Amino acid sequence: MTRHVELRAGAYHDSVTLMQVSRSVAGEPGVTAALVAMATDLNVDLLAGMGFDPPDDAGPADLLVAVDAADDAAVAGALARLETALTERSAPSAAGFGDAPAPRTIGSAAAGSDATLAFVSTPGAYAFADAMDALESGLSVVVFSDNVSVEHEVRLKDEAARRGLLVMGPDCGTAAVGGVSLGFANVVRPGPVGLVAASGTGAQQVMSLLDGAGVGVSHCLGVGGRDLSSQVRGRSTLAALDLLAADDATELIAVISKPPAPEVAEVVRAHADRLGKPVLFALLGPGQPDLTAATKEIATAAGATWQEPRWWPAPQERTGTYRSVRGLFAGGTLCDEAMLIVADALGEVRSNIPLRPDWALPDDLRAPGHLMIDFGDDRLTRGRPHPMIDGALRSERMLAEAADPDCGVLLLDVVLGHGAHPDPAAELAPAITAARGRAAEDGRDVAVVVALVGTADDPQGVDRQAASIRDAGASVHLSNAAATRKTVELVGAPR
Amino acid sequence: MTSTSPLLSEEPRVVTAGVELFADALAAQAVPTTQVDWRPPVAGTEADLAVVMGDPRRAASNRTALERMLRSTAELVDVRPAAEVLGLQRGQFLHAGPPITWERASGPMRGALVGALLFEGLASTAEEAEARLVAGDGIGLEPCHRRGAVGPMAGVVSPSMWMFELRDEVNGGTAWCSLNEGLGKVLRYGAYSAEVIDRLRWMTDVLGPLLQVAVRRHGPIDVKGIVAQMVQMGDEGHNRNRAGTLLLLRELLPDLIESGSPSREVAEAVRFVSGNDHFFLNLVMPAGKLQTAAAAGLPGSTVVTTMARNGTDFGIQVSGTGDQWFTGPAQVPEGLFLGGYGPDDANPDIGDSAITETMGLGGFVMAAAPAIVRFVGGSVPDALRTSRLMYEITLGENPAYAVPILEFRGAPTGIDVTRVLRTGILPQINTGMAGAVAGTGQVGAGLVQPPMECFTGAIAALAAAVGDDD
Repeated sequence: MTRHVELRAGAYHDSVTLMQVSRSVAGEPGVTAALVAMATDLNVDLLAGMGFDPPDDAGPADLLVAVDAADDAAVAGALARLETALTERSAPSAAGFGDAPAPRTIGSAAAGSDATLAFVSTPGAYAFADAMDALESGLSVVVFSDNVSVEHEVRLKDEAARRGLLVMGPDCGTAAVGGVSLGFANVVRPGPVGLVAASGTGAQQVMSLLDGAGVGVSHCLGVGGRDLSSQVRGRSTLAALDLLAADDATELIAVISKPPAPEVAEVVRAHADRLGKPVLFALLGPGQPDLTAATKEIATAAGATWQEPRWWPAPQERTGTYRSVRGLFAGGTLCDEAMLIVADALGEVRSNIPLRPDWALPDDLRAPGHLMIDFGDDRLTRGRPHPMIDGALRSERMLAEAADPDCGVLLLDVVLGHGAHPDPAAELAPAITAARGRAAEDGRDVAVVVALVGTADDPQGVDRQAASIRDAGASVHLSNAAATRKTVELVGAPR
Repeated sequence: MTSTSPLLSEEPRVVTAGVELFADALAAQAVPTTQVDWRPPVAGTEADLAVVMGDPRRAASNRTALERMLRSTAELVDVRPAAEVLGLQRGQFLHAGPPITWERASGPMRGALVGALLFEGLASTAEEAEARLVAGDGIGLEPCHRRGAVGPMAGVVSPSMWMFELRDEVNGGTAWCSLNEGLGKVLRYGAYSAEVIDRLRWMTDVLGPLLQVAVRRHGPIDVKGIVAQMVQMGDEGHNRNRAGTLLLLRELLPDLIESGSPSREVAEAVRFVSGNDHFFLNLVMPAGKLQTAAAAGLPGSTVVTTMARNGTDFGIQVSGTGDQWFTGPAQVPEGLFLGGYGPDDANPDIGDSAITETMGLGGFVMAAAPAIVRFVGGSVPDALRTSRLMYEITLGENPAYAVPILEFRGAPTGIDVTRVLRTGILPQINTGMAGAVAGTGQVGAGLVQPPMECFTGAIAALAAAVGDDD
């Protein structure tokens, strides 16, 4: 054991520095105890307490160094460490003051900005808290998240009403405010039509077709698929109607939804009659006009001359016999619309989102005959990206369908716009080629019909996408209803 | 819905939380976008959080809580013995933190109680004192907070000790705190040697009465005003109180001198106060107690009104659940140690002094005290980051306590249980460390956080209270 005690007169360092220096010296190999401190009475007592003989004449302006180590070499090592530690401390740090941490809640982000709107896409179990935070921060909120309970939806919408704000959602896939796309939305020209939409892809179809007809959109306010149910009673629809009624840019309002609960429909229609602006309804259901027909009505009311939406025929003539329709969709509303048209013309359509409960698909999603799958359904998106972002699951299914002799036509949707896949054709075209190739191996022709929802100004470019998809062997239609009718025509054609 | 809503009339500026793709899509449209650094809340709390977030009373109650905290004042109005102001009887002792028994008490808490018995003449030796405490013979223990008082470290208050008495005239509150003994071997760190007891006697016989005369001559002293100044002079009010102590002394000095007391006693008192950089801590703490007590008992409010430790448990109280304690095991602070002490010598977190963080000072305004950031084992950027992070879990900012280096941003005030759980960010506390063995005294200083259990327990109780008709 070797003990070293020294007093360095007039070598002042602050106590914090010396505590850190003491710690690093004590950490040297072979050192059992170390004290580096100014020789105040307290520290001299401490030194005595550690078993050292305190030096005489120690004063508070002197630096006390005491090391208890295994041998001389360890003491030397400790003293060398002391020197570097003391010099290190006096070197200035170049680190600067650092950045402020990113906000961790919507409330915090809102407090530090002049935001007008919040967009919540957190998992459903947490989205209520985030959306409530937005409302309490004075922000209207788009709740993209699904799996929010209807009780929470009602609570959010009541809170919004109390604060003069709007809740768009939950499960609101599409909104556009003042030309800004939120979630999945197409880039459309500004114009006089204000949309209130309880359906995401339904709203995208209408917006895109209006744009194609030269009619612009002021805003598209999503309200969530359950808003017109008897539980939610149109809370957000009524609020959105009021907002659009007060908006100078909006001259004509359209409500896009599945048919509302009857008592809610009455309330909404009565409210619409009092707005002082024309309100049209595009209500998708049995016996109702399809979305394209409804869009024609809106465009005409806005003063446009209607032309049927563009389409591109398949590159090869279709000569086969096409037994049944297999619709593989990313958009739930587009799937619904297609099922309504096919069921009307051809009868039973099995689906994971069936028109009638007895048409439900089994869990393996396989059945003979006409069949349509919504790949955007909650049960198929758990833990995976939405099919509008990642079409891998659908591509697999296309190949499997191509091997099924019962499959005649593959009906597909492709949705462009902000939020969607940056180049869906690049993913879909090879899948189409592969599926048609697989069927050809069995000597069959599988017809591929694609509903392409998009506009010229979408980041993906509708013409470029249409061309690539058509080149792969599909016919391409900007109207989902027209695409579906093409399918019915192929299947219903004489064999 | 009114036509004045900015939603449709103004260019959208968006806050996003969740999938980054959508924030990117907004940025691609040149929309001003703030992306929240979102993470899931503390596991298992989502259901309770949803219930509490949906409580219609919460927002208004929290707003009231914050308003009361911000308008709270604190004036030193008197200095009096605990027996007189708190009604403490012989054999009754107050302690820091949530309720504790002798069996569960840690070393420094036991040491301080032993010392208090010696000081009160209830035992003549440490062994005798311990035997009485074990037997519980004529001894009563209860938290300082239960009587509107606060005590640093062990926080042991006995009937003969003198207390600062502070008033909040706006909210109509009174709070008390003992006089600070200084550093080193002191009762609050669990030391009870003869020098400790002698010092306590002198404080009772000389210092207390002298301060009483001076304060009464002076009239109410604006403690809130001094706190505001000290925060601009490099103090954070928990581990650094140097400026505050000097400002208090400056205020009291003329009245001390003119008190008519012997100049030797005055000099002794002044030397004692000016030689103890933590003297003013015992005034910041009751100012904090006044501030947070003003926010207590509001149904539905999720604001933390107390954070306190007894050396064994960390406990919090929340406005909406009144006096109920939510506890978890007190943690051992991380930091730097005096002399030859190391982490093994340190006792778990102890003291009511976390009331300073509860009021928005201490670790919450670490950025205001760069001089001591290394003392608690950090750097200046760490300190700035810590303070900025505390805004993520608080309801508002206290303009009275402005932090110069943060562009005079007010202290982060009103810890919100829901924000703690939603962000997973725990309150940051600067603290002293007591030796684990009774009688040791202070061994270091550092940083510590409450255990998350305090907050998960609180949210469960808040959720259970939703729908109450109170």
